[in-house]
Amino acid sequence: MAVAPAPLGPEARVRISSITGDGAATAAGAAVGALGLTWVLYERVLPFSGVLGFWLSWYLMFMLLYAVMAALQWDRLEATNRVTAVAFGTGGVLALAIVVAIVAYTLLKGWSAVRHLSFLTTSMAKSGPLLPLTDGGVLHAMVGTLEQLGLATAFSVPLGVTAALFLAEVGGPLARPVRTIVEAMTALPDLIAGLFIYSLFILSLGFSKSGLMVSLALTVTMMPIITRAAEVVIRIVPGTLREASYALGGSQWRTVWNVILPTARSGLVTATVLAMARGIGETAPVLFTAGFTKVLNFNPLSGPQINLPLYIWNYVHIEGEVPADFARGFGAAFVLVVLVLILFTTARVLGGSAPGELTRRQRRRLSREVART
Amino acid sequence: MAVALTPASPPGPPGDDAPRTVVSRASASDQVFRGILRGAGITVLAITAMILVFLVLQSSTAFGAEGLRFFTTSTLSYGTDQFGVAALLPDTVLIAVIALAIAVPAGLATAIYISEYAPLGLRRPLIAVLDLLAAIPSIAFALWGFIYLMPRILGTDSWLARHLGFIPIFHFRLADTPSNFVGSTFVAGFVVSMMVIPIITSLSRQVFSQAPQGEREAAYALGSTRWGMVRTVVLPFGRAGVVGASMLGLGRALGETIAVSFILTPPTDTFNYHVLESGGNSITAEIANEYTSFSTKGISFLFAAALTLFVLTLIINTFASIVISRSRSGAATEAD
Repeated sequence: MAVAPAPLGPEARVRISSITGDGAATAAGAAVGALGLTWVLYERVLPFSGVLGFWLSWYLMFMLLYAVMAALQWDRLEATNRVTAVAFGTGGVLALAIVVAIVAYTLLKGWSAVRHLSFLTTSMAKSGPLLPLTDGGVLHAMVGTLEQLGLATAFSVPLGVTAALFLAEVGGPLARPVRTIVEAMTALPDLIAGLFIYSLFILSLGFSKSGLMVSLALTVTMMPIITRAAEVVIRIVPGTLREASYALGGSQWRTVWNVILPTARSGLVTATVLAMARGIGETAPVLFTAGFTKVLNFNPLSGPQINLPLYIWNYVHIEGEVPADFARGFGAAFVLVVLVLILFTTARVLGGSAPGELTRRQRRRLSREVART
Repeated sequence: MAVALTPASPPGPPGDDAPRTVVSRASASDQVFRGILRGAGITVLAITAMILVFLVLQSSTAFGAEGLRFFTTSTLSYGTDQFGVAALLPDTVLIAVIALAIAVPAGLATAIYISEYAPLGLRRPLIAVLDLLAAIPSIAFALWGFIYLMPRILGTDSWLARHLGFIPIFHFRLADTPSNFVGSTFVAGFVVSMMVIPIITSLSRQVFSQAPQGEREAAYALGSTRWGMVRTVVLPFGRAGVVGASMLGLGRALGETIAVSFILTPPTDTFNYHVLESGGNSITAEIANEYTSFSTKGISFLFAAALTLFVLTLIINTFASIVISRSRSGAATEAD
């Protein structure tokens, strides 16, 4: 039975987008309607107060209105589908809103301190908490943070990557408990890391509080993060590359050093930088190990060396008496958040490529070399 | 891996193809190399073991003085052997439970949105936003919660107390003035929930995105809507992963220090399950607030409290990671 071929016309693309005109209009209508209704109820009729409560009520009202409007237009299946889609969508909006709220608020409040350039170039050595913001700053805390983070990275990257190589390349019966413990350690309370270093090095071995102690505590928290992320990166190095290396007679050590690590480089750097972003903001381990000081100390090996989180902790939580204290704390938080954003952006830029994918510069160099030969 | 093959044996009589033995022997340099890698793996285990050993050592004085009374005493006076976690521990758990009650639905919705609903172009930026959320220092959350959120959430607190007061935990026994809502367990749990959301979201998203494509298409082919597909394919597939992610979030919430100690004022030594009332405490907050007044005796009590927390979170986290690794179909996926 031959079916007549359909007349050949210009093939129209089927739109499969789930965002349609009436859908968007319904959502927008529900949003605006809910806003008006909430405003009337919340501000005029019922004795409520609070910004948070307002938006909470607005959200509930919006979902209610949207559900009603969807039920009027579409059948039950379609209406449920739409309503759940909008409910999940608010999840995405929520995550975005939290990030924006925290980052923007910190930057905004911190600006009043950071706009005095002296805030970034002086320590608190000759300044007291009661003096105005033009006097004293966070230089000593910035130096401490950067040195301690540098040392912690130098300790945790070799150890973390080696442990990841063990998990991915050697394996065996020991790998399973190590992997489980590493995963459990990534969520270890950071406070415990500080107490551990405090009891081991300061109470038992008689070291005094210093930048080195902080970096050891940070190593305990950063290493499992690096190990877990690095293992994932090493695992996605194509097995064919490994086999090619072995087929050429390479030993395992040669294969790891010349094939696997270079291929996974961008991912390993991303893992490291993300762990640094986590480490830089750790406050709890710092409480026991850094030691509070107002003076600039470049030597992490001896003497107390403050860092940014401890600075904030001290001026907001311990002192926290006068507005200048809060402003200083927010100023330090400004610097901290900016450092985290820089680290994070670096990780994103470096980690954008798949393992083994070349950067634009590497590709250009490769094509030049090919052209020359 | 250097593989030494035995020379191919001449073809035997048919039916006699017994498997030959392939001997794999690592060279000397490889053995050293593997030894180093194995050493790093053992170091990880050793560090965890040492944390446990040192916490036990330091807290032995406290356990020696208090014995099992450590778990039944709720007062927190350091000099007089009157210290226990009977109030701190339930308070810590309560804050974590409040945090999870908010973070699990929010994190799940976000994870489902990113893995199932978000337009492809929006997916990567949203994942980046979540990673950023995980990287924001907890002290920034603490400042935000303490200075921005706290004054603004009091109205909602008051509303909850007035209209949902019949639920025991929302019952409010103090006068309905804003200062009586300041520094409550509820606010602390709320701020902690924001730090737990990225953990729950990113782990559940990874599990959801592994739901088999064939089954998704099968659901669509049977006429399912997108929600129907999510409900019947993605959610059942990801259930174990979600449980694991929530447990990992619980571990994180139990150990959160800075935000909790910023917000909980005044620190109390009685367990109060009325979450809206001012004041509260947790193991982490107690340690962070009291570390300056360490005396040799006091510090042992703090270490004992930390040991309790460590054992609790280690158990929860280990369970969580086992659940998660079971839920991934094959932890050893070899992508090639």
